[in-house]
Amino acid sequence: MHSTHLIARGACRAPLPRFLMWIAPWVALFALGAYAMFLCLSQGLFHTNMDNRYAFGLWIFLDLTVIALGAGAFFTGFLLYVLHKKELKAVINSAVVIGLTCYSGAMVVLAVDVGQPLRAWFTYYHPNVHSMLTEVTFCITCYLVVLAIEYVPMLLKNRRLKLVPSFLVFEWELHKLMVVFALIGTLLSFFHQGSLGGLFGVLRGRPFAFREGLAIWPSTFFLFVLSAMAVGPSFVALTTWMVEKLARRPLVKPEVYDTLGRISGKLLLGYVFLKTVDTLLWINQTAPDRGFAAHRFYQHSAFGTWILFAEIALFGLLPAFILFQPKLRQRRGFLILAAVMACAGVTLNRFVLTIQTMALPTLPFDRFLSYWPSWQEFAAFGAIAAYAVLVYSFSYRYLTLFPQEREIALAEERS
Amino acid sequence: MTRTDKASPAAHYAMIIDLDRCEGCGDCVVACALENNVPPPNPKATPRTGLNWLRVFRLEAAGRDVFLPMPCMQCGEETPCQSVCPQKAVELDPATGIVGQIPERCLGCRYCMAACPYQARVFNWWDPQWPAGMEQTLNPNVSVRQRGTVEKCNFCHGRWHAAIEKAAAAGGRGPVAYTPACSEACPAQAITFGDLNNSEFAALTNKPESFRLLDSLGTGPKVFYKTASTAVRAAVTGAAKDTPHA
Repeated sequence: MHSTHLIARGACRAPLPRFLMWIAPWVALFALGAYAMFLCLSQGLFHTNMDNRYAFGLWIFLDLTVIALGAGAFFTGFLLYVLHKKELKAVINSAVVIGLTCYSGAMVVLAVDVGQPLRAWFTYYHPNVHSMLTEVTFCITCYLVVLAIEYVPMLLKNRRLKLVPSFLVFEWELHKLMVVFALIGTLLSFFHQGSLGGLFGVLRGRPFAFREGLAIWPSTFFLFVLSAMAVGPSFVALTTWMVEKLARRPLVKPEVYDTLGRISGKLLLGYVFLKTVDTLLWINQTAPDRGFAAHRFYQHSAFGTWILFAEIALFGLLPAFILFQPKLRQRRGFLILAAVMACAGVTLNRFVLTIQTMALPTLPFDRFLSYWPSWQEFAAFGAIAAYAVLVYSFSYRYLTLFPQEREIALAEERS
Repeated sequence: MTRTDKASPAAHYAMIIDLDRCEGCGDCVVACALENNVPPPNPKATPRTGLNWLRVFRLEAAGRDVFLPMPCMQCGEETPCQSVCPQKAVELDPATGIVGQIPERCLGCRYCMAACPYQARVFNWWDPQWPAGMEQTLNPNVSVRQRGTVEKCNFCHGRWHAAIEKAAAAGGRGPVAYTPACSEACPAQAITFGDLNNSEFAALTNKPESFRLLDSLGTGPKVFYKTASTAVRAAVTGAAKDTPHA
């Protein structure tokens, strides 16, 4: 069977040799990372540069980041199926693939990151309901199943697979249930995005990360949910734009970008406001109540107050302002710049909560500690990035990720 | 890990470390390692990846070296490591007040290590290995831990277990008196171990020269320090650096 028989009718895709050339370096990166993961799993985590002080390193930081960026999957589904933002149908498939790769990749890295991955099932058998990590584990695994279910209809609509009548019927029946899966996905995502923030907010022994909150949830719980919802649409817009540049053709109509930018801008503005309030409360109340003056945390040259400014103003307020202004976001360059900045902001936020929390001394006589990941840590995460690119590339080539693509191409031909 | 007899009155084991007596000889560290089957360090281990249930910090204060032995503080209030463990591998035993670690259940996620303000927890980055013949010296009352799990000081739980079994065999019930290896080994008698329910021992912790590390975090550590020198105390508690911390 020729590979072009698998490509959707009317879709223009690169010839197979060019496609193979595109995936070759990613396969190589994946192989290198797989080897690094094998070393860690078979010999131990001494292959990383983590240590007893730096118990969390690059992997946890990037896991938190990709899960935040992958939030576009649940939030776009929520906007489309529950709030009926019909224009987002143009990107929902792409968002689901991004979410699926982000979440499954993060799960794989987590499995390498723990010292006893074969005991992962203990969390289901001996769950500590007070631990945020328990909530994260339950919600992420359940949500990964939801994402896989959301991916199935896309897969069954492949040109060859849909020739099987029962597949088509199954896909149709599954499609009718999408609103249910969108709601379940939203609920699960709300809790695991929040619990990822709560992971650090509950650390009462780490006054830099500890936050007061509502009932059992620290403020970081809600800030993580909101920031993921704000940055998810930005990341969907950014990836769509990147795919358009690589494919050299428009894939969605301009109003799709506008909707994504508008929603992202509004939520980002709300997030920046709440983050500012939270930071002021922490500086003036939470940290002093725990016996620490907040300024002490910024006395280390690497992590001065600039990081606070960069996180809230430069990569928060500024992109929110650009995305909030219709005239600015309608200019594609500004919209993409703002989306990049918003993604950088959420990345920096996750960096601060993981890496900076680990680096700062808590004991008065202890010192600031630095950490640089080993090549195995970089390579393992490189493998996940490569895996994401490969899954996305194959999905783009053989499935219909952008339903408006054909319509736009026909309109261009006519004009 | 621990047997909880609810009918028996509980103990609240605690430790008092006299900073004016400690000479930094490290006998406590060696005794701890031998008692608790802590393997010899891997040749590639660094001070940051080594396995020590008890570390001794060296500070300079009042014109002299101050040595600060630091075991697990056995936090008794809102124990930071216990609440975060996703699979109940950390337990605060109400019968003893000791925070136990169950290595057989540990996932190795290291969330407890991130949560501990005292960095009292260590991770098995390597497979534990003893030189040929040295495995004969292992303590049969303490299980060895495997690679990829977290471990920490448990106030010599093996000794507590042996003491309570001995008492039970003699028909006794309730709290028992025992001495952890570090306290027993200290040549300067800088480490005193006891039960906070014992008024005589509790009185020692209430003296003006007694204090706890990071007391303001509200985690209720059960390791107390004492020194007659205000300069030493300031250096150890950070009072000299930051007024709110005093």
